[in-house]
Amino acid sequence: MYTRPKSLKMARFHYCPGCGHSIIHRVMCEVIDEMDLQDKAIGIPPPGCSVFAYHYFDVDMAESAHGRGASVATGIKRAYPQAIVFTYQGDGDLAAIGTGETLHAANRGERITAIFINNAVYGMTGGQMAPTTLLDQQTTTTPYGRDARIEGYPIKMSEILALIKGAVYIERTAVNSPANIRKTKKAIRKAFQTQIDDLGFSLVEILSPCPTNWRMSPVEAWQWIDKEMTKEFPLGVIKDITGKEDAD
Amino acid sequence: MAKVLMDGNSAIGEAAIRAGCQCYFGYPITPQNELTEYMAAHLSRRKGCSFVQAESEISAINMVYGASLAGVRAMTSSSSPGISLKQEGISYLAACELPAVIVNMSRGGPGLGSIVASQSDYFQATRGGGHGDYRTIVLAPSSVQELADLTHRAFDLADKYQIPVVVLGDGMLGQMKEPVEFKHEAPEELPVRSRALRGAKNRPSRIIKTFTSKPTELEEINWSLYRRYQLIKKEEVTYETFLVEDAELVIVAFGIAARIAKGAIKNARADGLKVGMLRPITLWPFPSAELGELADRTKNFLVFEMNMGQMLEDVQLALEGKGEIFFYGRPGGVIPTPSEVFRVASRLCYQKGLK
Repeated sequence: MYTRPKSLKMARFHYCPGCGHSIIHRVMCEVIDEMDLQDKAIGIPPPGCSVFAYHYFDVDMAESAHGRGASVATGIKRAYPQAIVFTYQGDGDLAAIGTGETLHAANRGERITAIFINNAVYGMTGGQMAPTTLLDQQTTTTPYGRDARIEGYPIKMSEILALIKGAVYIERTAVNSPANIRKTKKAIRKAFQTQIDDLGFSLVEILSPCPTNWRMSPVEAWQWIDKEMTKEFPLGVIKDITGKEDAD
Repeated sequence: MAKVLMDGNSAIGEAAIRAGCQCYFGYPITPQNELTEYMAAHLSRRKGCSFVQAESEISAINMVYGASLAGVRAMTSSSSPGISLKQEGISYLAACELPAVIVNMSRGGPGLGSIVASQSDYFQATRGGGHGDYRTIVLAPSSVQELADLTHRAFDLADKYQIPVVVLGDGMLGQMKEPVEFKHEAPEELPVRSRALRGAKNRPSRIIKTFTSKPTELEEINWSLYRRYQLIKKEEVTYETFLVEDAELVIVAFGIAARIAKGAIKNARADGLKVGMLRPITLWPFPSAELGELADRTKNFLVFEMNMGQMLEDVQLALEGKGEIFFYGRPGGVIPTPSEVFRVASRLCYQKGLK
């Protein structure tokens, strides 16, 4: 029967229509239920639109300073290794201000899981350029379109992290179709399993629509992910040295 | 336990382990590296303990924040420029009412400054240091023994009031070797704080946060912190007095400067000059009332610091215009000698006719 996951609180999402956060929250909670992690999970949401994730996830959660999620998660996991610790981070958080924390947590092979939401803009602050903003994409701080000579290129954190030895499982998915949402759920499950199996750092990058800041309808935003974002950020498993077969 | 000869930085590490510190996260910076190295050698392989050499000071303080969330005693240490970087995390610790111990073996500033002992981080330590309306308890040891004792006390105070506590030493205290006695054995069982995040097992899920879109809610958090700070001001002031009973000139100095001043006072007494000292051990809360009471008997105060006059402002506030305040300071990492301070004190005595 299709019901609300046990680890998803009875609350109304504050997210904009067509936003990917609510879909991702839901599939994460489904995985937490299915893997029976509700009493072990500790989540670290970032400043930004998803700062209120703790109003939705019915698991222990704590706020983090912008970009420091991987360090906070490291501290929790080191102090209490029995916990299943995840960060929930946007592109500005994980790929700009928190690049160092993320790379080094991965390099130490911290047994934590990063859920990395890539929507190519800073959402809560009003749609400024993110490190993952596409070339020519207009944002409030690239009003003429992102120009590589001036603003540099969209950064591919997952590919960069794949070079890091302590990172054992990295996959990029999207939440712009039922099929992609199913793949996202499967990737999240595998990322948590990687942590449970004590193998190292795991990360799922999720291309997620932000219709409000993209100035699009939700349907156009789903299409834009397929047409534009996946060209720069191709979907699929980027690294998997877990030695585990995929189980459906 | 018998006394052992130890450098100050290592003594902090040993005292922390004996206080049940379970997690230490650090980053190399002179003059506190012996502490990080001590924890690598003595804490990292202890059962249930963790040591990480972080990639930055910011990361290290956020690991402390994480470990404190999980309910264990956690510590980080650094020196002045690194402590500036930690301010973000200290503000979050204060906001979320999380205990932690932060050691600053301070050095000359501003900027990269020098690696020599200085006391120029007084403002930063006693005024909160990071963004927002908060305080940290600040303990100022003046010997290796006191580094050990106050490190232990720092963990107790952090837990008692659920706030970050700063141990403000300096490069000289950290580097010098003295006999030290550790009064506590390391606990067999490491304590876990209530309100820790350890998974919602047999209890509802927990949220540790301050962010809110309702100003009145945040205001209440601020008032609640304020009430705790008022209680700390009432309960936790500590200080030492030295020959103040008949003193006509009272030197006010903290940390290593007080140690230097003590030498000067002994010289002054040998010359028949009635000089004494008040040494704040807690810099916040500051012994304002105690200083004020001294002013009923003594009219002349010499504030001596290894900076350009920072604690001076707290002394001015405490005395409320009672008595005359003089200042002598050496900023930038210059370490004054007892005879230098003696010359300043004796000149004042003669100028003021305090014989």
